[in-house]
Amino acid sequence: MMTNPLALDRRTRTMMVIFGCLVLFSAIFIAAWLYGEQGQVTNLALRKLPPGWNQPFGTDWLGRDMFARTIKGLRISLEIGLAAASCSAIIALLLGLAAATMGRIIDVAVTWLCDVGMATPHLVLLILISFACGGGAKGVIIAVAASHWPALTRVIRAEVMQLRTSDYIKLSSRLGKSPAWIARHHLLPHVVPQFLVGLLLLFPHAILHAAGLTFLGFGMSPHTPEIGILLAESMRYLTTGMWWLAVAPGLALILSAMTFDVLGNNVRALLDPKTLRE
Amino acid sequence: MLEARTLAYRYGKQHSWLFDDLDLQITAGEIVGMSAPSGRGKSTLAKVLAGYLPPAKGSVMVDGLPLPSSGHCPVQLLFQHPELAVNPRWKVAKILQEGEEPSAELRQDLGIEPAWLDRYPHELSGGELQRVCLARALSSGTRYLLCDEMTSMLDALTQAHIWRIILNIAQSRRLGLLVISHDTTLIAKICSRNISYFEDTAIMSNSRI
Repeated sequence: MMTNPLALDRRTRTMMVIFGCLVLFSAIFIAAWLYGEQGQVTNLALRKLPPGWNQPFGTDWLGRDMFARTIKGLRISLEIGLAAASCSAIIALLLGLAAATMGRIIDVAVTWLCDVGMATPHLVLLILISFACGGGAKGVIIAVAASHWPALTRVIRAEVMQLRTSDYIKLSSRLGKSPAWIARHHLLPHVVPQFLVGLLLLFPHAILHAAGLTFLGFGMSPHTPEIGILLAESMRYLTTGMWWLAVAPGLALILSAMTFDVLGNNVRALLDPKTLRE
Repeated sequence: MLEARTLAYRYGKQHSWLFDDLDLQITAGEIVGMSAPSGRGKSTLAKVLAGYLPPAKGSVMVDGLPLPSSGHCPVQLLFQHPELAVNPRWKVAKILQEGEEPSAELRQDLGIEPAWLDRYPHELSGGELQRVCLARALSSGTRYLLCDEMTSMLDALTQAHIWRIILNIAQSRRLGLLVISHDTTLIAKICSRNISYFEDTAIMSNSRI
């Protein structure tokens, strides 16, 4: 069989994809920082311009550059996503480990909590929590963090339970290994990749839900350039033909959510010995 | 001497006894066979003897003392499926070191090649992996080996090769061996006697199909 000498192996391609995703995310942060005040100041001479060379995403009814506003919105989304997804993942890790190792009663309690969390409509829960926490970025982060742990909790609980009954772990204790040694050497290498991938795959959920929450008006103050707020504002101008106000930020949001999905799946492939060396 | 005294086991109170009042003795250096149809409890007995499952009644003794609950167990079990007996995220080098670093001589006897050390379990074949499991089980503290269908999934040539190695090691170290297998020719060839407990008992209640 002929192989193309220029074709990259899967590991290199995976590394490149991961690197590309990280570059994209840092670019958003750097661009948002470089834009400074731009995107917040009004410029009435440049009102309602469609996308063009000088303003790739057009301008809004106050002459603000939509590209700058979208980048800033993405930065806020990423920050909220990072905070909320990390909190959720840590809650999931602790609850999952507790359910799998601390006996039946705790397991039943955690499983019940997961069921309740998953059965409640997400958006209702999000609105309730963010409202109860007084709104703002803090309210959004708490709401997203407090509602996204059940799925990952179940994954971690199942993983640890399956490991505990596996032959090689029982065999390890018959070879004279202590429970602490088994936890460190057998459990950790399985749970850490699950945790990391779970964390990355929580990002798109967190970002989209945060945007949904602000779109409905339950999040930040109206002049923050947040994607949900941009979309909500654009609604009023869509009928006048200013399609770019909704399309550009909407696409940017979907693309960044999808980037996290790609990143998560590639990290998983990299951490799994079955795909690690392909 | 590995000894089971009035041993009994069942999976939960609503199930019938898999074995009850079972007595068994294997002396050092002895090779004992056990064969019976599927589902009678051979593997469960092996797990009880190796300390994987606590007996419901009776006890397992080694030289008159009960099996230690911590530390290296003198009775080691070898499974039918070696790929389930190793951590899929560990490389072979680490798997081998889990018991007691096997000597180069033992590795050579078992035909474990240095190139395997850097591989993951799924990158080895079943027979290669079973040798790794065997090397791990053969720490100096191991006195009895329970081989539960250990070579059933291997081809005849590999089977013969692995058994030749085990019999050599068992002879030189005076290990006691319990060979559980459906292969009655294998048992007839290598074992000095046969435990017929599970063959004699009537088919256990298995009415729910």
